[in-house]
Amino acid sequence: MLDKSGTINVNGEPHRSPEDPRRSLLDFLREECGLTGTKKGCDHGQCGACTVIVGGLRINSCLTLAVMHEGDDVTTIEGLGTPDKPSPLQTAFHDHDGYQCGYCTPGQICSATAMLDEIANNWPSDASDDLGGAIEATDEEIRERMSGNLCRCGAYANIVKAIAEVAHTSNGGSAE
Amino acid sequence: MKPFEYIRPDSLKHAAQLTSGENGTAIAGGTNLLDLMKLQVETPSRLIDLNRLGLKEIAEAEDGILRIGALVTNSEAAAHPRIRSDYPALARAILAGATQQLRNKATTGGNLCQRTRCYYFTNTDQPCNKRDPGSGCGAIKGVAKLHAVLGTSAQCIATYPGDMAVALSALDASVEILTEAGEQRVVPVRDFYLLPGDTPWRENVLAAGEIITAVTLPSPVGGTQIYRKVRERSSYAFALVSVAAIVSVEDGLFARADLAFGGLAHKPWHDPRLSDLLVGSAPSVELFDRAADLLLEDAQGFGENDFKIPLARRTLRAVLAEATGVDA
Repeated sequence: MLDKSGTINVNGEPHRSPEDPRRSLLDFLREECGLTGTKKGCDHGQCGACTVIVGGLRINSCLTLAVMHEGDDVTTIEGLGTPDKPSPLQTAFHDHDGYQCGYCTPGQICSATAMLDEIANNWPSDASDDLGGAIEATDEEIRERMSGNLCRCGAYANIVKAIAEVAHTSNGGSAE
Repeated sequence: MKPFEYIRPDSLKHAAQLTSGENGTAIAGGTNLLDLMKLQVETPSRLIDLNRLGLKEIAEAEDGILRIGALVTNSEAAAHPRIRSDYPALARAILAGATQQLRNKATTGGNLCQRTRCYYFTNTDQPCNKRDPGSGCGAIKGVAKLHAVLGTSAQCIATYPGDMAVALSALDASVEILTEAGEQRVVPVRDFYLLPGDTPWRENVLAAGEIITAVTLPSPVGGTQIYRKVRERSSYAFALVSVAAIVSVEDGLFARADLAFGGLAHKPWHDPRLSDLLVGSAPSVELFDRAADLLLEDAQGFGENDFKIPLARRTLRAVLAEATGVDA
């Protein structure tokens, strides 16, 4: 049955899982871990502002219960880099002005970080012409793969430029 | 969200028993269920978490069959080498649905059970016979752009929203189900879904206490496989019309033409008469139109969705033309 002593590992730190099973992973991160970088946009899996990385995969933290992630490793925007030591994508979003208001940016960067790994692992997308071929990080691929992250300011052109720069110059990932 | 008891069962059999009564609901990826719980469309008193019970393998089975565990995510299925090479219609259908974040969570079994996106079903202020039997259907004479044109009833005109099951229907896949008694039963995807009739709240043949354990794909049939999805934007939108096609042509005649349609009905629509008409005949635009006539002979629009009838005709024609090289 439910292991009430369970912990959830967030950015390498263990946190006790919530008492109330209704707690979404998003609310857990913001309200109980104090990690407010992850944003609540629609709370229905439509906007991507709450995107975090769990076990290497990007998910909508609003559409999953925290208790379902006991024992899992969760990475939020705070775990990817710091102002002193930003990740390559954090630097690129800054350099290319990949935002206006910035509300969607943590979700965009978490999403893009995991997305570059998906391309490196040759996972196909709806934009891939050949399901059997090598996947290249073209602008078309980036746009399709980022379709789960909305930007109401419409900074898409610069978001794609920032991601493309990292995709074409390194293997992305978090700051080392 | 209403309070519920969260239970992590220690076996599949235990999980099946827990879902059998007292409003117990199984959760896998949860991307649809939790959304509906927030809207209080779904209000389970017990949530049974299946995620630590295995069922996460894609494995070769006897006679060339490929078995996809019910908890394999949509992402894993679409990226799997065998599915990409031997069942490309399925990989394409999965990739045409939702977003990567959702596909990373959504599972094979859960995807089969996803609920309609009818606006009246998801809004508890509105009448809906599916959510609240006897309250009426708001979509008939209402906002019905996404709604069905085939197999509707006076009770419900909702559509099945998914893509994956449309490809599974064309591929003649089957669903493996664990019963409350601990036995296994197998249901073809083509028989898994129900039309709304007078019981629109029943969407598939799963009974209380039953859990999907796997989907099996028959041994590869080759041919040209297409999944064409027509939607209002190029990504992250539900199908207005979709067509899954498994087609082969030998000596200038159709040798295989297995077709299934999304966006048209309360279930992935498979009409065996289309295959009977096409197989053995030479591909031509005239033949494609006869297939569309057959598909749509009983189609009925509800105003806003009238466009789906000609759209289905044109999409079918385009898919068959692409599959056969006929100039349409």
